[in-house]
Amino acid sequence: MDNILSVLVFFPAIAGLLGFVVDKESARTYGITVAAIELFLSLWLWFSFDSANAGMQFVEMIPLIPDFGVSYYIGVDGISLFIIIMAALMTLIGMMSMNITKNVKNMIITLLFLEMTMIGVFVALDAIIFYLFWELSLVPMLYIIGAWGGPLRIYASVKFFLYTFAGSLIMLVGMLFMAYVYHNLTGVWSFAITDWYALVLPVDYQLWLFAAFFFGFAIKVPMFPFHTWLPYAHGQAPTIGSVILAAVLLKMGTYGFVRFSLPMFPDASVMMITPIAVISIIMIIYTAMVAYAQKDIKQVIAYSSVSHMGIIMLGIFAMNAEGISGSVFQMLSHGIVSGALFMLVGVIYDRRHTKLMSEFGGLASVMPKYAVIFGIMLMAAVGLPLTIGFVGEFLVLLGFYQVSPIMTILAGTSIIIGAIYMLAVYKKSFFGPVTNEANKTLKDLDSKETWSLVPLVLIVIWLGIYPKPVLEPIDNSVKAMLVFMDEKAITKEAKDMIKVAKSSQGGV
Amino acid sequence: MLQPINVSLESLNLITLAPMLIAIAGGLVILVLDLISEKLHKSLYVMLTILILVIDFGATLGLNVNERGFFDVILIDGISIISQLMIIVGSIIFIPLALTSKRFHEYSYPEFFALFLFMIAGFQFMVASDNLILIFVGLETASLSLYTLIALHNRANSYEAAVKYFTMGALAAAFFAMGSAVVYALTGSVELYKVAEVLATRLNETGLMIAIFGSSVLLLVAFSFKLSLFPFHTWAPDVYEGASAPLAGYMSVVPKIAAFVVSIRIFGMYIDLGVEWVRVTILVLAVLTMTLANIMALVQEDVKRMLAYSSISHAGFIMAALALDTTEGTTAIFLYYALFMFTNLGAFAMLWISRHKNRRFDKRYDHPYEKFAGFIHIMPVGAVIMGLFMLSLAGVPPFSVFWGKIYVMQAAVNSGYIWLAIVMGLNSAIAAYYYLKLIVYMFLMDPVKDVDTIYYNLSKPLMAVIGMATLATVGAIFYIQPLISYLYYMISASGY
Repeated sequence: MDNILSVLVFFPAIAGLLGFVVDKESARTYGITVAAIELFLSLWLWFSFDSANAGMQFVEMIPLIPDFGVSYYIGVDGISLFIIIMAALMTLIGMMSMNITKNVKNMIITLLFLEMTMIGVFVALDAIIFYLFWELSLVPMLYIIGAWGGPLRIYASVKFFLYTFAGSLIMLVGMLFMAYVYHNLTGVWSFAITDWYALVLPVDYQLWLFAAFFFGFAIKVPMFPFHTWLPYAHGQAPTIGSVILAAVLLKMGTYGFVRFSLPMFPDASVMMITPIAVISIIMIIYTAMVAYAQKDIKQVIAYSSVSHMGIIMLGIFAMNAEGISGSVFQMLSHGIVSGALFMLVGVIYDRRHTKLMSEFGGLASVMPKYAVIFGIMLMAAVGLPLTIGFVGEFLVLLGFYQVSPIMTILAGTSIIIGAIYMLAVYKKSFFGPVTNEANKTLKDLDSKETWSLVPLVLIVIWLGIYPKPVLEPIDNSVKAMLVFMDEKAITKEAKDMIKVAKSSQGGV
Repeated sequence: MLQPINVSLESLNLITLAPMLIAIAGGLVILVLDLISEKLHKSLYVMLTILILVIDFGATLGLNVNERGFFDVILIDGISIISQLMIIVGSIIFIPLALTSKRFHEYSYPEFFALFLFMIAGFQFMVASDNLILIFVGLETASLSLYTLIALHNRANSYEAAVKYFTMGALAAAFFAMGSAVVYALTGSVELYKVAEVLATRLNETGLMIAIFGSSVLLLVAFSFKLSLFPFHTWAPDVYEGASAPLAGYMSVVPKIAAFVVSIRIFGMYIDLGVEWVRVTILVLAVLTMTLANIMALVQEDVKRMLAYSSISHAGFIMAALALDTTEGTTAIFLYYALFMFTNLGAFAMLWISRHKNRRFDKRYDHPYEKFAGFIHIMPVGAVIMGLFMLSLAGVPPFSVFWGKIYVMQAAVNSGYIWLAIVMGLNSAIAAYYYLKLIVYMFLMDPVKDVDTIYYNLSKPLMAVIGMATLATVGAIFYIQPLISYLYYMISASGY
């Protein structure tokens, strides 16, 4: 099936449209079935994916607006492959664990449309198609937060929308300018990213364009100081909204850096290493401290999520194979772990309708299964060896150590602070005597919740012990990208910085 | 003894007049029908109007590009053909909105339809000429008909709107006449192509620049009124509010297309002559218009007024493209309006179906936001469609207005105005807030308790119009390519 990517993108959308006809009572089963088929298709994509080939595979190209250079151009490489699979997986798991009773049908349809836009972003190879899915993903999320969220939901959803929308419009100007430059040099209009890669731009152009794209991506990541929308969005969103937001939507920003900024503007990226590393480290340490100060479990996880996104950013700007591969891997690990943590918080919120740590205590004796899974995910989030979180974090720090040992040490403190606030959460909620009467009768995980969480636990441990099948394709594509960047870079500093040869000896 | 003037019929090239004559003849037919029988239903007139417009469309489509006719005052170039086509298409979408399920006063008069056709003829004269006098005649024919159409809505604030619009229109006409007079005084001609020739030779004369400035200022003020540019925009929200919803939507598109065509001819000429001052002024006006109208739209409590301000802001957006004076910029103007037309008329039509005879929700406004609270529960399809229109207006891809927006922004970038593209981007972000506000009301709030049906005025023809507008909004990605290439071809063929 050569056009499997188109099927992957449009299958959920068509299913969403047909979903309007499905009866309310059956909507949930319908959604889960569709999401399962989608996951199956994405796994099929993995099996038919040629891991040795570092370039774009399953490429499709249909000119849409030839006069303007816009075409429906999609493809997948090792970097995007696993994010697609993760998006399909998290949608399925999110739907399985969902226990929303109000307007389930609307929720299912919205999620299916959201799935289309998420996969669309990661397969798009045309800037306008990328932008199209990027912007469209805001609408279902706006609805999910706004319709099923907490008391401040409307404020949170509008803030989320406007922040991201404003940033991406700046990015759009950048894209238009890029197309204009391409037109000037070649006489042809094109928005294809692969065409843009071929452009060698003067450094000042690179810096301006880097800045324009930076706004779009940084707000989405979200990087300090643009992160303020995220705690609101997480705080107000329903569980499923937080899961998708943390697991997939935030990855769009970091993926954008890898797909656009680095290969298109290698010199500017190298020049921006220090400022971005500084922001990332501020983001890592500051938000970790803020996380420690939270009283609400969900806010702790929300801030820890921002903190971990800082690690991913740091890895991307290490400019070597370990750092970038580690970052991409960390995107997956962060998606699975923080998604699972948000689901776990959702479980307790459904039972007690509160997320405050002070309300809990001694849950381990009342809900043993819950406590075990929570513990495993927490360890993965902290980055304990043999969990998925360790692999990515280790590679990122290893990669960045070659850039700046001091900053790496600073970033490494995040593991310590992370352990502190995560263990504090665990201690306050799970250990000690059961002080609150209401907690004594809490039911442990039911089968629906168990079945949606156990696969994630298995993945966390499997990829923690044996990450090779995933890491290898990522590493191939990353190395190819670095070789390309190395050839393309015009300044000497950039050439020195983009270390390809060294990392290929290391053998991840 | 006066010599008899011999004019051969061929030299008149009367075919160039055919589109306007069809519209005028159609209006007369409707008046005659009314004389013969008084008891005819409005549906007959609506259908007749559509048929006449279809013939008009055909006649316009058949015109050859770059011809002159009728003592050379009629100019059929690319932009006059595409603008006439757009005016006719906009009118064809507008007129079935008369077929509401409730009776509204104005549509029971056949004069409404006759005036409507005369107005279209006026617009066609306006766009199909580069003779300042004929432009003036066309402008006034169209405007006077439009004032009457607004007043026919028969409510207190419709009269207010009509009188306000009339006063402002008269002022604009005066400015236009004075500007033309200065141009005539400078060059001895009212034909723009001759004006350009003469001005080009006299541009270096000392002391003349001030007169050229003067003429451009007067004309700019006149068209700023017509295009509702800041600071001459204040009439627009009141007039839109007083007019019936479909007419307000119509006013935000069709008269502006006509005014833009004339602006392209006049101000394009100034910019081509190298009068940079005009370009700068237009850019400043455009940026102020889009920004301030956006900010005003943020605080509106009524959806119709919000849409009125948003239309002003969109006009500012397009005005910026005019200042670029490139083929792409001019294409962007038409592309934007072609796409904006469907979405905006669709949005106003959605207001129209919810129009009640009395104001049930608010003493002051017809369409306060509260009216649409929980629309998704009352009328799911309607809410989704209105939501799509709002997203399209906000510039969310892949809906229609997005393509217009990126084309305008691309045109700005191509001419080196990157700051302008950024201002446009930021303005789109501001605008997203008030469009989103309506979406929030429709989808995320609960209905106000004592509401009966909102879709009070719905009928099959209205559903058909809204359905068409929705299709055009959603499916834009599939017809953008032929549209752009046609517009670009026509515009470059006529040398803009």
